[in-house]
Amino acid sequence: MIGSSLQGLLSGSIIAGTPLLYATLGEVMGERAGIINLGLEGVMLMGAVVGFVTTVKTGNPALGVFAAALAGALFNMIFGFLVIERRANQLASGLALMFCGAGLSALLGAPTIGSQIKGLNEIRIPILSDLPVAGTILFHYDILVYLVIPIAILVWWALFYTRWGLSLRAVGEKPSAAFAAGKHPYRLQYQALFIAGLLGGIAGAHLSLAVAKTWAEWMTAGRGFVAVALVIFSKWHPLRAIAGALIFGGAIALQLQMQARGVPVSPFLLDMLPYLLSLGVLAVWGGARRHAAPASLGQVFRGTE
Amino acid sequence: MGLTAEQANKASRFRRRWWASSIRFFGLLGFAFIVFAVLLLAFGKNPIKAYADIFSSTLGSTYGFSEILVKMIPLTLTAIAVAVPSRIWLINVGGEGQLYIGALFATWGALTLNSLPPWILLPLISVFGFLGGGLWASISGILRAKGWVSETISTLLLNYVAILLVNFFVFGPWKDPESANYPQTAEFVDAATLPAIGGTRVHMGFIFVLAALTLFYFVLSRTRWGLEMRAIGGNPEAARRSGIPISGYITLLMFIGGGLAGLAGMIEVSAIQGRLRPSLSPGYGFIGFLISWMAGGNPLGIVAAAFLLAVVTAGGDILQMAHGLPGSAVNILNALILFVVLSRQGGKVGVK
Amino acid sequence: MTKSFPGVMANDHVDLEIHSGEVHALLGENGAGKSTLMKILYGFYRADSGEIRLNGRPVQIRSPHDAKRFRIGMVFQDFTLIPAMSVTENIALFLPNLPVVLNKRGMIRRIEEISKRYDLQVDPSASVWRLSVGEKQKVEVLKLLLADAQILILDEPTRSLAPHEVEGLFRVFTHLRRDGYGVVFITHKLKEVLACADRITVMRRGQVTGTLNVSEATEDRLVSLMFGKGISESTRRLGESRQENLPPLLELKQVSTPAEGQATGLKEINLTVLPGEIVGVAGVSGNGQKEVGDVVLGLERCDSGVKYLWGQNATHWSVARIRSSGVAFIPEDPLGMAAVAGLTVEENMALSNIRRYARQGGLSMDWKLVRDDIERSLTLLGFEIPSLNKPVGALSGGNLQRVILAQEMARNPKLILAFYPTRGLDVQSAIAARELFRRSRNTGAGVLLISEDLEELFALSDRLVVLFHGRIAGTGTPHDLTINEVGYLMTGSKGEYGSNR
Repeated sequence: MIGSSLQGLLSGSIIAGTPLLYATLGEVMGERAGIINLGLEGVMLMGAVVGFVTTVKTGNPALGVFAAALAGALFNMIFGFLVIERRANQLASGLALMFCGAGLSALLGAPTIGSQIKGLNEIRIPILSDLPVAGTILFHYDILVYLVIPIAILVWWALFYTRWGLSLRAVGEKPSAAFAAGKHPYRLQYQALFIAGLLGGIAGAHLSLAVAKTWAEWMTAGRGFVAVALVIFSKWHPLRAIAGALIFGGAIALQLQMQARGVPVSPFLLDMLPYLLSLGVLAVWGGARRHAAPASLGQVFRGTE
Repeated sequence: MGLTAEQANKASRFRRRWWASSIRFFGLLGFAFIVFAVLLLAFGKNPIKAYADIFSSTLGSTYGFSEILVKMIPLTLTAIAVAVPSRIWLINVGGEGQLYIGALFATWGALTLNSLPPWILLPLISVFGFLGGGLWASISGILRAKGWVSETISTLLLNYVAILLVNFFVFGPWKDPESANYPQTAEFVDAATLPAIGGTRVHMGFIFVLAALTLFYFVLSRTRWGLEMRAIGGNPEAARRSGIPISGYITLLMFIGGGLAGLAGMIEVSAIQGRLRPSLSPGYGFIGFLISWMAGGNPLGIVAAAFLLAVVTAGGDILQMAHGLPGSAVNILNALILFVVLSRQGGKVGVK
Repeated sequence: MTKSFPGVMANDHVDLEIHSGEVHALLGENGAGKSTLMKILYGFYRADSGEIRLNGRPVQIRSPHDAKRFRIGMVFQDFTLIPAMSVTENIALFLPNLPVVLNKRGMIRRIEEISKRYDLQVDPSASVWRLSVGEKQKVEVLKLLLADAQILILDEPTRSLAPHEVEGLFRVFTHLRRDGYGVVFITHKLKEVLACADRITVMRRGQVTGTLNVSEATEDRLVSLMFGKGISESTRRLGESRQENLPPLLELKQVSTPAEGQATGLKEINLTVLPGEIVGVAGVSGNGQKEVGDVVLGLERCDSGVKYLWGQNATHWSVARIRSSGVAFIPEDPLGMAAVAGLTVEENMALSNIRRYARQGGLSMDWKLVRDDIERSLTLLGFEIPSLNKPVGALSGGNLQRVILAQEMARNPKLILAFYPTRGLDVQSAIAARELFRRSRNTGAGVLLISEDLEELFALSDRLVVLFHGRIAGTGTPHDLTINEVGYLMTGSKGEYGSNR
């Protein structure tokens, strides 16, 4: 019995951690370019609603995911315009984006509330899915879960092994140096935000199409902010983010597990875990981690810009 | 911890040319309303009728107008909750959570001390409300003063924790057994209810607003502490060299800001709802942030912006009831207004 | 080349020639115009008039990208390196023809090749923040070489280098010279110029005062080209009111501060200011003056050593306590460090001594007293009284400095820290300010005067201290020392000192 609840917790962590990881990867991209996006929550909501509505209308969840990614990317461009073009305060602009995303998604999603979809199905991998323990834990997920780790590796590779990634990171560290070296900081920042939007949209889509298989207003419940904390926890590194997402996903999954086991702790208190964990992590490591932040982003954190 | 003198200096110069930019500002605001109208159109609603409805039910009747005033009370408080810390460039987005915890503390007072006479109980639970919000915000204040966590993120995260905490109590130990399946606390005794004026719902809470506004203005412009705050806000480096204790102010101002939001929470439970419910606030904390940002932290501007946003918020209710729009849709308008404000300031103010 | 900025003629018809295979030193004090000239060459500034010719052909350089195209490279004082990235990544970033997918191994090989050839050994995989200043500099030079520069400009390259690192740099120059590169190095340090340059151009106050081959150059000749012919023998008396037997106002004993980044730290400084004396601190900016002020004011922690104020151990006193005990601070950058631009003159005045003006426990302020105090102080100084209600940021630079002077002097301080106090002031006000310091000194206060203006230092100081690389390079009085000697000390040569105190 303990075994199965551990299994349940692990697979729950993976399922809950996947949207977190997508969102975190997107935010890593943006922050590596020097931009912190508190509106990630709004981007995820847009992804969730667009994915859901598209799936309801077309019956094709894959299409839903594509639409969600695109919606997230375009939505993030609004944010990009504000902070890159108009040099607006990043923190406040992010919050504005969040409001916008919350309202817009509510509007778009209203007609579909209560609709049922099949959503993204589990994909069974021959042989691997049938393994006794490892099979249940590792191989009973939808496509987005399977894709998240390769995508994390791709993000890592792009950031550290390509010319584009090098220039992007330079912009996040010292835009003046990047500019002196002949790069185009603004253009790179837009590109980073676009990709971040794609990933954020996919994160939202996973929530509405695979995890909850429904749409509700504010359904991301602060996961966007948790992702921002996760970026710090992972020291802005895509591969470390995998571990982080698993841990935080675990905090989210823990509540469900404990409820299912009839543990007499109020679900509300359990629900606090991800946020308290984020805060705790930041409080303990935030001071030190700040120095691992991309230098020009660090000014946002230290409040010196 | 602080910001560059250059940035802060630029911000002060910006504040001085306000009359010229006000006109441009209203123009851009109008733009936000137009975009929203287009959006309404796209979703099959009639924007003209919608705006007309909003106008007539808010400004077109005495009752409607009084409802605006009622809404302005918590909105002004949460706006000042953001404005006070913003004087030294702290960004307090935790108004919502601080409001909830303030309400929580006030509720405890109202439920446990319900035998006290109103002239003791009401001030007492007001203090509780202030304390609750203040302590909640101090967590973020201390984390920031020590240089560990940006207050923007910590206040944001704590919002969720606060709401969950209130839910815990309302669904759990404080659940009113007489309310069957409705999650809410018992109703407050009359002694714990803020009285209203005349036949309207405008209640004594407006005294808090007046007090907060006047104190804010007075302290900032006349007292030693206001001067020191303005110095930190203007040039933290120079402030340091003059010996001003910056970390002390960080914690103190967060406490005060949170306290004001907590008062707003106390008002909601005491005067408006009469009990503590999960759906305590329709986002007053966040809207307060918007108001403060629009007004540039300026007391008069806050009143004006609070008025505008009270109308918008009431409008949101009407859009929901009469036009079938989801309640959160009005957030789009809020966001559009904030976009307008932000795209104007362009890199001048505060932490980026 | 001619280039002027508002109020300053930075380059006044300057001529310069750089040959291939030569190391050309551009020598002069701070503000002489050297950096400006090179920034024009590198495309950061556009000259008002004049011409640049490369290999005989006139060219237009409008931006650093142009300069790069013309194979001109520059290493700045504050490196454009990204601390968080590795040496290889920093160099790669700068290269013009990088492949889409980075070839790290190939790059490392190239770097190792070139570093060996030019004696610029550095670990290609190391993160730049870990490197010493000398190593960072090597990376900057490697960057230029790998990006195919032909002319290399180095702005004060030996600023924070240890002696052996300086020798290393000169070895690099030898290699570069052999391969036909042209090297320009901007400096204020004489000995180095004589050690490694082929030709030297000396600048002073925007003009070229001389161009010579190293064979014709002597220290004396260079110093006089740099600093001008001595000073007019203006009133220079030993502080008649210096009280030898009274306890010192300020004493720094073996004070050291950590070096942060490119800034130099203080190394075992011993400094005393007695009542009734003006101690002048000479030195090229960046050699520790700011740190001395910060330490005295309480903003900077001492790694070691003790600080005494009025005979008490003040090493751990807060800024507020130090100020209220009688220390005044006149900064070099008032808008950055002393004044809050958005507040009015009155309000800034109030802040400078807030306890005096706060009433009812802080609930109100005695603005009348504030006004009286500042007006009195301004009048005493012979300054015009500006509109007290205007925000300080709206005042002109000179007016602002006057207000700050008045503000600080109003408290009748016992010790005055003055940083470049007459910079930007018109002649009248500068004279008034100097009178002010003399008067304070005569009434028993002490002044620590930090300035780059040697004439001013010589005219005012009772004693002189010269800082170099965070240490005291020499002390003496204006009687014993000549301007030349101070010049040597400021620039690190082992000239003859005057008597130590």
